[in-house]
Formats: sequence, structure tokens, C-alpha cells
Amino acid sequence: MSQQVVELLRERFPEAIVETHAQFGDDTVVVDPARWREVALFLRDDARAAMNMFIDLCAVDYSALGMVTGHDGESRRFEIVLHVRSLDRGHRLRLKARVGDEDAEGAEIDSLVSVWRGANWFERETYDLMGIHFRGHPDLRRILMYEEFVGTRCADYPANRIHPLVEFRDVPGKLPPFGPDEGMSFGRQDHERRMYDGDEQAAQGELTTQDGRVRVQSPIVAARED
Amino acid sequence: MEPLDRDLDEGELELPSEPMLLNMGPSHPAMHGTVRIVVELSGETITKADVQIGYLHRGFEKMCERGNWTQVFPYVDRCNYVSPMLNNVGFSLAVEKMLGVTVPERCQYYRVVLGELARMCDHLICSGAMAMELGAFTPFLYFARAREIIWDIFEEETGARVTHSFGRVGGMAKPPTADFKEMIRAGVPRVLAMIDEGERLLLRNRIFLDRVEGIGRISQADALALGWTGVCLRSTGIPYDVRKSNPYSLYERLDFDVPVGTQGDNYDRFMCRQEEMRQSQRIISQALDQMPDTGPINIDDPRVVLPEKEDVYTTIEGTIQHFKIVMEGIKVPAGECYSYTEAGNGELGFYLVSDGSGTPYRVRIRPPCFTHVQGLEQLITGLMIPDLVPTFGSLNMIGGECDH
Amino acid sequence: MGEVNSGRTVRVIEGAEVGFATTKVEALLNWAKKYSLFQYPFVTACCGMEFMAMASPRFDMARFGAEAPRFSPRQADLLWVVGTISQRQAPALKRIYEQMADPKYVLAFGTCASCGGFYDNYTTLAGIDKIIPCDVYVPGCPPRPEAVIDGLLLLQDKIQRGDRTPAVVKPRADLIPEGVIPPERLVQVGGQVGGQVGGQVGGRGGQVGGQGGQSGGYPRVGRGSRG
Repeated sequence: MSQQVVELLRERFPEAIVETHAQFGDDTVVVDPARWREVALFLRDDARAAMNMFIDLCAVDYSALGMVTGHDGESRRFEIVLHVRSLDRGHRLRLKARVGDEDAEGAEIDSLVSVWRGANWFERETYDLMGIHFRGHPDLRRILMYEEFVGTRCADYPANRIHPLVEFRDVPGKLPPFGPDEGMSFGRQDHERRMYDGDEQAAQGELTTQDGRVRVQSPIVAARED
Repeated sequence: MEPLDRDLDEGELELPSEPMLLNMGPSHPAMHGTVRIVVELSGETITKADVQIGYLHRGFEKMCERGNWTQVFPYVDRCNYVSPMLNNVGFSLAVEKMLGVTVPERCQYYRVVLGELARMCDHLICSGAMAMELGAFTPFLYFARAREIIWDIFEEETGARVTHSFGRVGGMAKPPTADFKEMIRAGVPRVLAMIDEGERLLLRNRIFLDRVEGIGRISQADALALGWTGVCLRSTGIPYDVRKSNPYSLYERLDFDVPVGTQGDNYDRFMCRQEEMRQSQRIISQALDQMPDTGPINIDDPRVVLPEKEDVYTTIEGTIQHFKIVMEGIKVPAGECYSYTEAGNGELGFYLVSDGSGTPYRVRIRPPCFTHVQGLEQLITGLMIPDLVPTFGSLNMIGGECDH
Repeated sequence: MGEVNSGRTVRVIEGAEVGFATTKVEALLNWAKKYSLFQYPFVTACCGMEFMAMASPRFDMARFGAEAPRFSPRQADLLWVVGTISQRQAPALKRIYEQMADPKYVLAFGTCASCGGFYDNYTTLAGIDKIIPCDVYVPGCPPRPEAVIDGLLLLQDKIQRGDRTPAVVKPRADLIPEGVIPPERLVQVGGQVGGQVGGQVGGRGGQVGGQGGQSGGYPRVGRGSRG
């Protein structure tokens, strides 16, 4: 059923469509990011598509997998993925656009908040976690992470690099109930070593020296101490 | 003597009201979730609200990209910790969709039954917590007792009370116990009796009704545009239920109704949940009748399903098979897929990207209550501060799911 | 409250002055403290489900004098940290702890609060003891209510003794008497003979199956009934 929508898009936007496929039964259309909002509006308003249910919007960072090819043949890093559904017709469509080069330059796209209001927080989340900029978003700020967090959690972000907001207590080693080898080896990270012995995992560029020790300091703590 | 009450003009009595900023949360007694709401008040009326989530962001998606496909299950469990089994089933179905396999019939019924029990738990806690936050502590205790009965069944089946991690790709971790059907047939009627009892305490209670009826109303168009699904969408009168519109796991063979509301207010959301629990009971009893007592639970595919423990210790094939699955993970064909199920809160989607290896490249969860909380700002603007509590409660925000 | 009648610190004087007891002021104070723990539940995540179970009729925390939740940190003695604390949440937790009046106790409910558990990533605080001192750790993901009650009793014991060193709730296995599990339902995984296992099952998890190495230390019991 959603195959008809794909045909419809092919007819209406022949030059904007990069590719289509239907992996595992999900119909997918990849479009030119410049026409992103236009295609979305068409999907919502055209009676044959009638995609009035906003389902999901997210981004995939393909930098660790070799890049994807964009509409102009250049390699692109991010793929923005939108899922919508029609309530009356019951069909679904996945719409994708590829943006951003290797250094995440040019990772921006039109905001869909004016098309589906539900896109608001999803775009904020994508901005927060992937660093994609949505043009025309009414309130683009971090949503899941805090303002002091540096960077985004893309594929190349070390999973356990932390940016603490609160200064950690000055207790050497592990605390009394836990012996040196106790606790779960996979879950327990040694913050002391990571932070004080110059481990790369500690946030770079955030290191300040105090009392002869190097420690991570978040801007908020630094501001309070000044 | 001077008169005790001076005669004042109405105008003089009115206090000048400056807009006031009030900060609720992130740890607030009347909210069973870690959310921070910054409201701007004029008197007691909310003129502006900023809902801030993310206090329970635990990096679900990032963590999933580190292990193999099966190791995602514990994380999925802790996303919606009120009904972990539904999340388990949802994720299994997503990976199975990519693998192109279908689990045996017995397993499908097993998943339906466990899933519906989890749905009852979910609604029980939501209704109970909502009532508790409005000061009605007794119904919460009734619902908590009912939940203990369901949890006992879960514990017997899966070994854990809350976080089961019981789903597997291509089946379940263990076949049903011998007394599975008996246990549920004995337990579920007791649960329903407690639901009725707790409901009677609320629905004739003036205080409760005054605080939920007509409060937090939303229109159909708004709910759709905000991406609402599940009970919150159905309370506006739109009968969208994934179990009906895109049946999975043999839901098409089971006869049940989808309760819908009319107004989309707190009362409708509450009543839809109550009715859905009764429908869950109908589903469970039908599924138990149709479920075969014998037969395999897991698919017969050595590349996906772990061998029997005895075989691992005694045969070389078993050892190799076990080693391959545990060390390398299940090989899922490269590509992308979006799979969705009806979880406790609404459409729970998983958008998976595989690079063909044993580790997921990208696991994207589409949390249903993320969209609901997104609509909270609109719902509470113009209401009074005390209305915020039942409105927030009726949306059933689950921190782990909303913040991933 | 058996310690009024027994124990080292309390002595009931027999004879003419019946019903008269002497004790140290400190001991009396500690006794009063331990049975009137006003708690501040800082509930964030999954463990909150078990916390609800703790408060609800079956497990009923009220039996241990820890009934009244106080949602103002200034009125609370015991801070339950229930669930994962993210870096974003950490300032709030620290502030609540600082607002509490002395004497104050902290109980880390669950693995996430104790040490981070399997959420060791860019956003979580791996253990609340990184920012606030902690008295009792209750492991489990989430811990069973029985384990939490163990933790609460452990804390009460520590308060009575005036001991402020941190403590962990130890894993506990119920003793299964011999003969309860029929021998044919025991699956032997270690180096011992099947008949001997019955007596040892559950004594301490690690003792079953020789050194308990390969089997993870837990007897595989009762799986035969599935199918």
C-alpha cells in the first residue's frame, strides 16, 4: 500500500529522489535534503498520502561504517530518518535525507516542526545527541543532556567520557566495603585513575590544575568557584 | 466598637499578581518520574511551562552499540521498567523481522500472555500512582497488592520480579513451567477483583472526580500532530491500536475490544486504562485456551538459538554453536528495519541498523511516552497548579523510556 | 524492641524498684533514632518499582519504624537513593544531601546507585559515593524487597552501635533441607556425586559443584519440570 506513496513521490518530485528501497518490507525514500520540508508537506497534505501521524525522527551516524552517498554523489556522514504514518489509510513511509561531511560540517536540514508539531522534541534530541542543526526550529537546545556537556554522542564519542557537574569527593581509591578487586569488573570504572592519571578518556580541554592535581572540572563548577 | 470585618470593595481585595517562576522537580513528591517543570504562574494559573526531561538519560542507544544483539535485552528491560516484558517482546520481534524468522505458535501465545500480564502491571501502576498523587493512598495499596500477584507469576516463570530479560531472539529464554496456565487462571481473577475494588473507591469520590474530569483535555488533531499513540491517543476517540491495525504475534486470532474515550481528558485516560486491563484479561484467557501444551518454544535454527546446556557440555557441535553465538553474537543481515508493537504506553518502535555483524550498528528506540510528555506543556498551560499533578500522572511518564 | 530487656547496655534492676531500667543516654538515643527513621525517597528509576513494593502491604516497611516519608530533606534522617543517578541529576542529589540535618544516613538502593552497574557511560554517575558518603549499599538490579529489608536492618544495627563505616548487604541463600528436592531433579554440573549435593544446596552458593567455578556457583535445580 505504501508502495503507491513511493510512486506518488516519484511522480511529483522526480529530481529530488535519490533512491528508494523496501528492505524487510519497509518502504523507504531517500530525498535531497534541500527538498526535505517540501516533501514532508506534500506527504501530509496530499489526500492520497495523508500522512498525518508523526511517528519518529532520528539520525544515524555512518562514519564508523564508511559513509553513505548523498544526493550529489558526495559521501555523507549522517542520515536523518523520519517515519510517518497515515491514520486513515494505514500506510507507513520512511523518509531519509543525507547530510554532513566527515567532520559533521554542513549537518543541517530544515525543521519539520511547522509540518508536524510532534517533531519538536525529536529534533531537539537529534540535535542534542547527534549535533544536527535544524533550520527554523523554534527552540533548538539540548534536551537529554545538560548544557555543560561537551560534544555529542556520535559513533566516535568514547562511551565513557564524562563531564561531571559535581566535584567528586576526595576519597582515595575505592571506599571501604569494596576491596580493590571487588565490584563488577565490566561495570565499575575507575574514575580516580581515569581522571587523575591523565587517561585519554577524561574530557580533554577541560583539565585544570588545582592543589597540584589535575582534575576534570565542568564550567558550572568553575564559575561557582571564581 | 469597630466592625470586625471591614467592608471592602472587590477591587481592593484583588492582589496584584506578578508573574512568578516556580520550579518543580527534578525530585518532586507528586511526580513519579524524574522530570523538571519550570512554570510561570499568574496567581495560581500556569501561563507558561517548560518541561525538561533528561534526568534519567542513561545512554541506552550508545550502550546497545557495544554488545551483541542478545545483550540488548537487559537494557531494553530497564527502558520501561513498569512493563519490561512488552519491551522484550518488542525487541525480539524487531530482530526477528530482520532475520526473517517467525517463532513457533506456542511461543507466540506465550509472548502474548506474558505481554498482556505486563500491560496490566503497567496500567495498575499508572492508575495507582495517579490516585496516590491525588491523595488517595488506599487504591494505590490495592493496586500494588494486585501487582504483587502478577509479579509472583512472573517470578515463577522468569526468575525475576521486575527486570526479567526473558526475551530472546527466536524464542524465549525458557519454556513455560508446568503450572503456567493454572497459575494464571487462578491469579488473574483475583487481580481483576482488586481492580474493581480499587476503582470503586475512586469513581464515587468527589475529590478524585473533580480533579480529573474535564482537566487536561486535548483534541484529536493535536494528539495526532504531537505523535501520540496508545492510551493517550485512544482517550481522544481515535481507535489506533497496533494490535488491531498491524496485528503481530497472533493477535488477529484473539477477540478483544479497543476502549476509546470521547474527550481526551484525564478521566478518559484513566478509564481507558481500567478497561484495557479487563480486555487484557479476555486476551489472556483466550490465549491460554488456544496455547498448545507441548511443542517447541524456540525456532530450530542453530545460528540463532543457543543449544541446550547439556549439549554444550557433552557434544562438540553444541560447544561450537554456543561459542559462536556467545562470542560473536547472532549474525543479523545488513540493512535497516523499523518494527513496532503496542507497549504499555503506546507504539513502541525499534529502528535497527545492522552492518551484518553480531553487534547492532544502531538501535533507535521510539519511546511512546516521549511524545506524551512533549504534549504536557500544551495540556497544562492555562490550568491551575493542582491540575498539573493528575495531568502529569495520567500521561504515565516512565523516566527510563522517555529519556532512554 | 528486644534490646530494652537484654543486651550489654541496658540493665533492669530487680528488687524493690521493679520496672526501672538503666542505660547510657547514648544508647537510648541511638535506640530512638533507629526506630524512627524519617526517610526521603530520592526515586529516579527502575528500583522505584521495588521501592513501591517495599512500601506496599506485602513487605510493609512500616514494620521497621521507617514508615513516614518526608518530602522535605530538612525533616528526613535517611536518604534512600533509589535508581540511577545521571550526571545531570547529581547536583540535585548533592544539594538534597547537604540540606538534611544531622544525623543523616544514606542508603544506596540497587546496583546503579551503589556502583553504576552496567550503565558505565557518558551520562551516568557510577555510584553515589562519588559525591556523597553512603552508609549501606544494597546490591541488586533491582534488589528484592527482602534484600532491602536486610539493608534497613543493617543500618539500624549500625545506628545502634554508632558505627559509620559503610556496609554492603551480603548475598543470602535460603537453606534447602535435605530431601525437599528429589535427587532426579538435580542436574550435576561440577565434580561431585549427585547424592551429596542435596545436603549442600543453597548453603552458600559457591560450595555446590566442587569449586563452583564453571557453574557459576548456583545449582541448576528444577529445570526438569519445564517442557
